[in-house]
Amino acid sequence: MTDPLSVLEHVARLPLTWLLATLAAYRFALGIQRRAGFHPLAHPVAVATGVLVAILMAAGVDYPTYFEGAQLIHFLLGPATVALAVPLYQQFSLIRRSWLRLLCGALLGSAAAIATAVGLAALLGASEATILAMATKSVTMPIALALTERMGGLASLTSALVMLTGVLGAMIAQPMLVRLGIAGPVASGFSLGVVSHGIGTARALQSSPRTGAFAGLGMGLAGLLTAVLLPIVMVLAG
Amino acid sequence: MIESVMKLLLFQVLGEALAFGLAVPIPGPVVGMILLFLYLLARGSHEDGLLGFSSQSLRHLSLLFIPAAVGIMAQLDLLSREWLAICLALLASTSIGIVVTAYVVRGAQHDD
Repeated sequence: MTDPLSVLEHVARLPLTWLLATLAAYRFALGIQRRAGFHPLAHPVAVATGVLVAILMAAGVDYPTYFEGAQLIHFLLGPATVALAVPLYQQFSLIRRSWLRLLCGALLGSAAAIATAVGLAALLGASEATILAMATKSVTMPIALALTERMGGLASLTSALVMLTGVLGAMIAQPMLVRLGIAGPVASGFSLGVVSHGIGTARALQSSPRTGAFAGLGMGLAGLLTAVLLPIVMVLAG
Repeated sequence: MIESVMKLLLFQVLGEALAFGLAVPIPGPVVGMILLFLYLLARGSHEDGLLGFSSQSLRHLSLLFIPAAVGIMAQLDLLSREWLAICLALLASTSIGIVVTAYVVRGAQHDD
């Protein structure tokens, strides 16, 4: 019989183990989120990532070994991005009455967020990898990751910044807009979606279904505009 | 279900092909999303199966981000060097982005 320690080492090298661990960590994180009353800080991606990184480091398993198993899940990002057309289609009727204003809002809001993030990071001496990740951080994760892959950035850094932007926006948007006197459901919902993608949309849904619907629309439009325009701007800027 | 999966994969393949063929720098899955959106505008009322399957699958979209996010364990050096620049840039860009968006769309659809 083989000794138990070498059996454990064998298990830690199996891709299967890390596929299972990713599902288990996600399931665990969903429970935490429910118990935290859906607070933005208890986002399941952040919690599950923290748990997995702790386990991997404790077990001395490196990222490529982990990813061999987890890539099965990662692969599904492509078809999931395509499927984002469905919520956009379902919310499309909301656009009819003021499509120009909403389109301008998504365009200017995304541009302002990207320009500030990239400009300030560059000014403060951040590395090129960080600046590239900053450019995509306001859009929904599947689009941000697709853009990062296309532009040769670091997927992990992008996903961390996307998450932080989502959580930050979800926490500050409404208090800030109330103070400025523009916290109606369209303005607050739409801006949450444009800047803080899915996490902001989840926060907007807690206010009202109408706020949530406009957040979903803002997320979709901002994602689409950024995905189409950012690579072109990057090519033109060299 | 199989049909819905096939349709999503087909639109992704079409998106990848179109992005490559036209040599546009837009990610293939995003082009696939645009194509599916146009298709739904034309035939959405006949696609209940695909609409239901997609909405159901997107409920667990967060799960799909975890494998990439775990890669942060390989970037801890970078984070410890640049955390201040990252925090300031995130805070400024998130607040400015929200305020600009809200100002542009305020008043739309009798928002009050």
